[in-house]
Amino acid sequence: MKEKHTIIVTVINSPGVLARISGLLYQRGFNIESAIAAPTEDPKIYKVILVVEESDEYIEQIVKQLNKLIDTIRVVDISHKDNYIVREYIILKLDIQQKNRTDLLELSKQFNAHVIDISIDHIIIELSGNPQKIDRFIELVRPFGIKEYVRSGEFAMAEYQKSKKGEKNGS
Amino acid sequence: MNGAEILIDALKKEGVNTIFGYPGGVVIPIFDVLYSTPDIRFVLTRHEQGATHAADGYSRSTGKVGVCLVTSGPGATNTITGIATAKLDSSPLVVISGQVHTSNIGSDAFQETDMIGLTRSICKHNYLVKDVHDLAKTIKEAFYIAKSGRPGPVSIDLPVNVQNAKVKNYTYPETIDLPGYKPVLEGNTLQIEKLARAIEQAKKPLLYTGGGIIAANATDSLLALLDKTQIPIVVTLMGLGSVPYDHPCYLGMPGMHGTIAANKALMECDLLIAVGVRFDDRVTGPPHLFANQATIAHIDIDPAEIGKNVKTHLPVVGDAKYVLEELYRHVKPRLPDAWNERTTYWKKQYPLTYRKSKDGLISPQSVIDKLNDFVGPETLVVTDVGQHQMWAAMYYHHQKPRHFLSSGGLGTMGFGLPAAIGASIGNPQKPVVCISGDGSIQMNIQELATCSINHLPIKILIINNTYLGMVRQWQDLFWNKKYSQVCLKQGPTCPPDCTGDPKTCPFEYIPDFVKVAEAYNIKGLRASTPEEVIPVLKEGIETQGPVLMEFMVSREENVFPMVSAGKPLSDIMTGDKP
Ligand SMILES: Cc1cc2nc3c(=O)[nH]c(=O)nc-3n(C[C@H](O)[C@H](O)[C@H](O)COP(=O)(O)OP(=O)(O)OC[C@H]3O[C@@H](n4cnc5c(N)ncnc54)[C@H](O)[C@@H]3O)c2cc1C
Ligand SMILES: Cc1ncc(C[n+]2csc(CCOP(=O)(O)OP(=O)(O)O)c2C)c(N)n1
Repeated sequence: MKEKHTIIVTVINSPGVLARISGLLYQRGFNIESAIAAPTEDPKIYKVILVVEESDEYIEQIVKQLNKLIDTIRVVDISHKDNYIVREYIILKLDIQQKNRTDLLELSKQFNAHVIDISIDHIIIELSGNPQKIDRFIELVRPFGIKEYVRSGEFAMAEYQKSKKGEKNGS
Repeated sequence: MNGAEILIDALKKEGVNTIFGYPGGVVIPIFDVLYSTPDIRFVLTRHEQGATHAADGYSRSTGKVGVCLVTSGPGATNTITGIATAKLDSSPLVVISGQVHTSNIGSDAFQETDMIGLTRSICKHNYLVKDVHDLAKTIKEAFYIAKSGRPGPVSIDLPVNVQNAKVKNYTYPETIDLPGYKPVLEGNTLQIEKLARAIEQAKKPLLYTGGGIIAANATDSLLALLDKTQIPIVVTLMGLGSVPYDHPCYLGMPGMHGTIAANKALMECDLLIAVGVRFDDRVTGPPHLFANQATIAHIDIDPAEIGKNVKTHLPVVGDAKYVLEELYRHVKPRLPDAWNERTTYWKKQYPLTYRKSKDGLISPQSVIDKLNDFVGPETLVVTDVGQHQMWAAMYYHHQKPRHFLSSGGLGTMGFGLPAAIGASIGNPQKPVVCISGDGSIQMNIQELATCSINHLPIKILIINNTYLGMVRQWQDLFWNKKYSQVCLKQGPTCPPDCTGDPKTCPFEYIPDFVKVAEAYNIKGLRASTPEEVIPVLKEGIETQGPVLMEFMVSREENVFPMVSAGKPLSDIMTGDKP
């Protein structure tokens, strides 16, 4: 069964490392839903965070193949792990009628979203949070008339090591 | 020192004494250094593909890293097939290509190609060196990556200005810092113990071993294990020679053109111990039907191979030599039992046989069969790709690892002759035989010059069936004998539905290989009838220096046994018997 997996790839920041990763995924026939790459606290290290929709056995191959790249230091599929903070960022542009405006602003407030720009007929909003929250927000504002949006793709980080006493963090 | 001098010094530090290649504009600085480096032998091939296969043949036969040096653009692209061939067969190469000036990269400069982009999916790793200060470290890493873990080709692209750039303080690094690359050699002890217990409990254990045994130089460990446990064994095309052909446990090669005994054993075994093999589809057929009575243990140095094609129950990641030796320590001795009897019975019941030709031509298998009488265990046998390759795999008496070289994974026609050249240069004291087809030999026939000029005593056997035989066989068996573009005598006046009756074909074969050989100052011999086979082999093998022997064989002989692509191993076609 295909399922969404978020995979964190820690790599040496070497020239072409992104091309290596995307080339590998393409060559092996894996589809990437989103990918972001960014520097980390160590200038030699990059993190690439991939969202892939595949079955478990495929994911196992993806993880192994990514691990095989010489520049890869670590690969973690965090999908079945609950000790990760996963976040995403979105900017939305909405067509908006004067009369709906307060409803939208109210909704944004509920979600802790920020208005970046506002004019007679449109409004630009930004929001960050876990991907499910972003999905929900999109659904709720859809009726107002979405003109365009961009999502950052998922990024993630492990929480502080906790004592494993059944602490759950769903988001 | 400049970059070119650093490169050559670094190669020497890596123990390189032979380079295969071809010069060009942007690598002149390196060739300029080579000009006054007598301790490195440069072998000038006649094509960069030839150079890459030669480096590959050198590597496979010696166990050392093969090195290749070519120019940018067309020189670099000509190495692509050679690099891919080495990748699929896990052969360690370092391929150095020149590149345009760093300031011109990306501008479609003269003879610029994106070598990094081109080789990304066909090499183990690649480098574009933009700063001369990174050069020494890059060479060090490249050799380490090529030969360690699962071996493979590494490509280094070296811009001309980096070759010319001067460095004040050059030292060759002693250590390597690759935090992302740490091959696991020592297999997990608990898993190995589990495997030892599984062997004790199994009623029908079977070993399935391949190229990984050769890469790990683990032949002795494998033979010791066989001695102690008497487990029947099948060996892939890439592993041939790691178990002597006459070993009592040896059942032959498995797979599409495997022996009946090997394939039957795979279908019936209850424990399959796979070591240094990658469950290639030429071996397994449909993965879910492969060895489906068995618990499958897989020992491999590459974790990504485990479970890739076939579900594995008992994985051990590690070096074959290490794991086999540990297994040897943990496993209890096992004596031949009913299962050994059964597999030996199959071996006796279904030996590899071939029919006498009825058309007055030579039966192709007989050439290989008789070759056995003229060569010894020290002989290196190198093949091309096609029917002759399979016959060489089946009928040649393999005795030693690294003595049978063949392009298995990519199946590259044109591999044979240049790889034989590399093997001969790497093993000057050993006889080398190249078994080729009339199609394959023409893919790198220009290397006859390299062979001749370097006085390499290679004995080239061309099994001439006047067809691209292996493709013709498929058209024969699965495409209603519609011989489309497989006859190498076919010209514009031929009837489109010709099925190749030699009696009605008015054409001569082009080229005349004997004359071609002579044009290269190589002795050429031809056997046209079965009676001529032995005299030609005798004269050819006994003649000093390179010899080309052409054998005119039955045109439509097929390779059997055969399991069609996509069929399970139980579905064996045996062809008609004598
Ligand atoms: C026309 C044609 C027909 C063919 N028909 C057949 C056939 O009938 N039967 C057949 O067997 N082949 C056949 N082949 C070859 C086939 O395509 C494959 O190349 C071959 O089966 C692969 O061999 P292998 O499994 O030994 O793997 P290799 O390609 O040799 O791979 C080696 C494996 O060992 C591992 N390894 C490497 N180093 C180590 C180490 N130090 N320790 C542990 N593991 C290591 C690697 O990770 C890899 O998994 C045919 C090829 C052609 C061109
Ligand atoms: C470079 C390349 N092109 C095409 C093929 C497909 N192919 C596989 S075997 C074969 C025929 C080989 O003919 P020949 O060398 O005469 O050997 P034979 O099968 O007749 O023994 C072909 C065309 C290949 N393996 N390699």
